[in-house]
Amino acid sequence: MNIIVVGGGKLVYFLARTFQSKGYDVTIINRENAECKWLARTLKATVVHGEGSSLQILEEAGAETADAILAVTPNDQDNLVICQLADMCFHVAKTMALVNDPDNEEVFSKLGISAAFSTTRIISSLIEQRAGFENIINLIPISEGKVNVTEVILEKDSPVIGKALKDIGFPENSLIASLIRRDNLIVPGGATILEVGDHLITITTPDSIGKVITVLTGDKNS
Amino acid sequence: MMSKKQLYIVIVGCGRLGSFLANKLSRDGHSVVILDIDKSKFENLSAEFSGFTIEGDAIESAVLKQAKIDKADAMISVTREDNANLMISQIAKKIYKVPKVMARIFDLKREEVFRQLGIETISSISIAGDVFLRSIRNFVTLPENEHIQ
Repeated sequence: MNIIVVGGGKLVYFLARTFQSKGYDVTIINRENAECKWLARTLKATVVHGEGSSLQILEEAGAETADAILAVTPNDQDNLVICQLADMCFHVAKTMALVNDPDNEEVFSKLGISAAFSTTRIISSLIEQRAGFENIINLIPISEGKVNVTEVILEKDSPVIGKALKDIGFPENSLIASLIRRDNLIVPGGATILEVGDHLITITTPDSIGKVITVLTGDKNS
Repeated sequence: MMSKKQLYIVIVGCGRLGSFLANKLSRDGHSVVILDIDKSKFENLSAEFSGFTIEGDAIESAVLKQAKIDKADAMISVTREDNANLMISQIAKKIYKVPKVMARIFDLKREEVFRQLGIETISSISIAGDVFLRSIRNFVTLPENEHIQ
């Protein structure tokens, strides 16, 4: 897979390093000359110096053969135009943009960007969802928030302790994908009996997450 | 005074071009709101201007809403940044359905692409370039300049 990442700073460095470790071919576009040199030396990635929203620079970065482009500059207008040019002029299949103003997330999707994500919104919803539930960790929204992956730790007062999964009345549109018990991963079945300290990895829709937490923790306020 | 319809016009960017347009359109009797990130740019407005000014970044949705973009008959985006002009004009056209939307673009290649998206783009470079070219071609073809090879 060929990915073009446009932007700078620690974000681009760590993104590129993560993609490389997965075996993807990464090309970085960055407008600062000194940072380009540093990135090229540290990551052994292809680095193109210039504006990501210039057709010539996109072409130099190999946009014609890229599978995806990720625009993560601090300017929403640049991220939008980078993705639109990649789509219209080079037919890049996946165009993804960082949105700085959370209100622009909707704007980007209306203007045809396949995925726009706002770090402000993700972090604030993480904090909101976590506050008050210390035994509920690690909420990852997938597919623009249509799916949540949630880890729930069962405490002593949980109403499901000692019960089999098939008997706890787990809500529709939700699933216990796996269970971690004393560092061992278990793929649970209907007969699996829940114990104190079990880490349940659940997959839910945003509508059913509240019911799932109520079933697992007995907390009616969720 | 010509008799014509009074329009509600939003202008983004109060530099030399933005303030020029705002002064003239305001004098023509239109209702004009002009936006700029930098408050000091409003000093470019003359006594002819009788509209409103808003200090803020038009890339933020809240700022365009404050300018009542949904009620505008026309929107002109003339900031110094091509990408900002392109984004603002797409928001005005596609989301708020503003009937007349224009954007100033410096990069000629980018202009071509966005014209295909239905954005009315105006490039001061190609307009000035055309005038220079026409003038130099006229100069060459004048009879008194026949000695120029």
